[in-house]
Amino acid sequence: MTTVDEKAGVRAADEPIRRPATAWTYRIRTWEYLLRQWRPYFWSGLAEAAGAPLLYLLALGLGMGSLINKRGTEALGGVTYVEYIGPALLCGAALQIAFSEASFATFGRFKWHRTLWGITSTPITPAVAADAHVMFISTRLLFSAALYYLVLLVFGAAGGVAGILMIPIAVLTAISCAVWIMVLSATIEDDASVAFNMVLRFGIIPMSLFSASFFPISQLPWAVRWLAFFSPLWHGNELARGSALGGLPLWQAAVHLSVLIAVFVTGFLVVRKRFEKRLVV
Amino acid sequence: MIHAAGLTKSFDTKGGETVHAVRGIDLDVPRGEAFGFLGPNGAGKSSTMRMIACVSPRTDGELSILGMDPNTQGIAIRDRLGVVPQQDNLDEELTVRENLYVYARYFGFSKTYCWAKADELLEFAQLTEKANAKVTALSGGMKRRLTIARSLVNDPELLLLDEPTTGLDPQARHVLWDRLFRLKQAGVTLVLTTHYMDEAEQLCDRLVVMDGGQIVAEGSPAQLIARYSTREVVELRFVPGTQHAAEPVASKLVDRLEVLPDRLLLYTQDGDDTLEQAHAAGIEPVASLVRRSTLEDVFLRLTGRSLVD
Repeated sequence: MTTVDEKAGVRAADEPIRRPATAWTYRIRTWEYLLRQWRPYFWSGLAEAAGAPLLYLLALGLGMGSLINKRGTEALGGVTYVEYIGPALLCGAALQIAFSEASFATFGRFKWHRTLWGITSTPITPAVAADAHVMFISTRLLFSAALYYLVLLVFGAAGGVAGILMIPIAVLTAISCAVWIMVLSATIEDDASVAFNMVLRFGIIPMSLFSASFFPISQLPWAVRWLAFFSPLWHGNELARGSALGGLPLWQAAVHLSVLIAVFVTGFLVVRKRFEKRLVV
Repeated sequence: MIHAAGLTKSFDTKGGETVHAVRGIDLDVPRGEAFGFLGPNGAGKSSTMRMIACVSPRTDGELSILGMDPNTQGIAIRDRLGVVPQQDNLDEELTVRENLYVYARYFGFSKTYCWAKADELLEFAQLTEKANAKVTALSGGMKRRLTIARSLVNDPELLLLDEPTTGLDPQARHVLWDRLFRLKQAGVTLVLTTHYMDEAEQLCDRLVVMDGGQIVAEGSPAQLIARYSTREVVELRFVPGTQHAAEPVASKLVDRLEVLPDRLLLYTQDGDDTLEQAHAAGIEPVASLVRRSTLEDVFLRLTGRSLVD
């Protein structure tokens, strides 16, 4: 475009280098922005990602674990307590991060900072912005899960070689929940604290407690055991534990994986629509 | 640049009511023009702007921006638009320079180009010294300038400004007007909404007055004043409430009289003469003023209301 006069000082000296943009260009550019926004928190986030597992492993794995190991761990499949909870701690930590990124952080871009309105005034569509959010949260999850895995390795709680699969499993588990929390963030207008506290109290916390994170669900009475089947975290825990410790039949692994993928894909489709509905009025 | 015919926007509120924000307006804005929407809050200005910005689908009517249809070519249109929203939506966690860089990236430019463009626009917005400051550290006027600079990252052919100076102090407004005037000189088509008549008079070649979702008048500021108002206005100021006592007498002196809460406005061709007649008729205001008609008077005439409540 050449109608702008150079004297007005609104034209760069060089001609713009503009590659033909595709939807992927736009997704990556928005993802880049979200990473840039996260950058100031990178080191503190990393410290938290490594620090939290240390605390959990020390307190639960070694502290409580020493008591449990003494009483015998047949119910845990014959592994030490720290080995038992390691995969679940990794998935649970990913879920926490997914919650914080998908709730207040995403909601804030709609409501408080309104940055999503700025983004979608450009060639970036609401659906592309939603895609970029999913990409960004997955990136964050990948970093944290990888770090958590390294800490588990140090504690001897990372299982065998296949234990490295815990990383993508934790990412999938957490993002499958994150997309649904994003649906909420894109829908609510006010009272975010109330809504997100409900999610935390009646979603994340019970899910963390009753998804075979700290004890096998076989220890629960049948009346409540079935609830775990609806918990993405349980499916994630079972898969992660299966990959680290083995012993998970292939068909069960396939079921767990299918459930997680189904939860993610449906949530992802809904959240793209929700972004559209919120931003195009 | 912009062509609209019978453009309509309605939406349903949560209570189930249908709001008709824009009720069939016709518009044609040629390249290079500075075009304004003048009207009070709720007149349908912002809804119209959102349709032009391709972020709000029209309910009915025709709309073409840069020769394209927003319904099918929204991305291609937005690629060539600059948008200054009513509420700033800068990223407060990033620096001033990063805000420009990130925004330029959305348009598909290379990294080198985006940094260079950011520096150039910082200069344009007189924010070079604040380049590495966080947005939170900026004053309202600076934020507004940054938002305008940000809207220029893609050298837009059409710049949309929704109430660009609302909430700013007079000095900050003048700095902004100067920047916008330079853009206009540089050939950028400006479309702005405002409820300040002085802003409309300063910046717009042509404007429409909107009320209740419809265009009630159209023309250049001078044309509108000539068509809908008299040359001069006598303002008689009273202690609020007491203006009603003088109303019957004053209404005999002129063809048109407006009654405001603390004032009577007498529309006349010769202000001094009318003021003299008012004094002679025994009207005793607290203060009086003879001035030229403005768009505010046009607006009062057309809608029966003040622009700024």
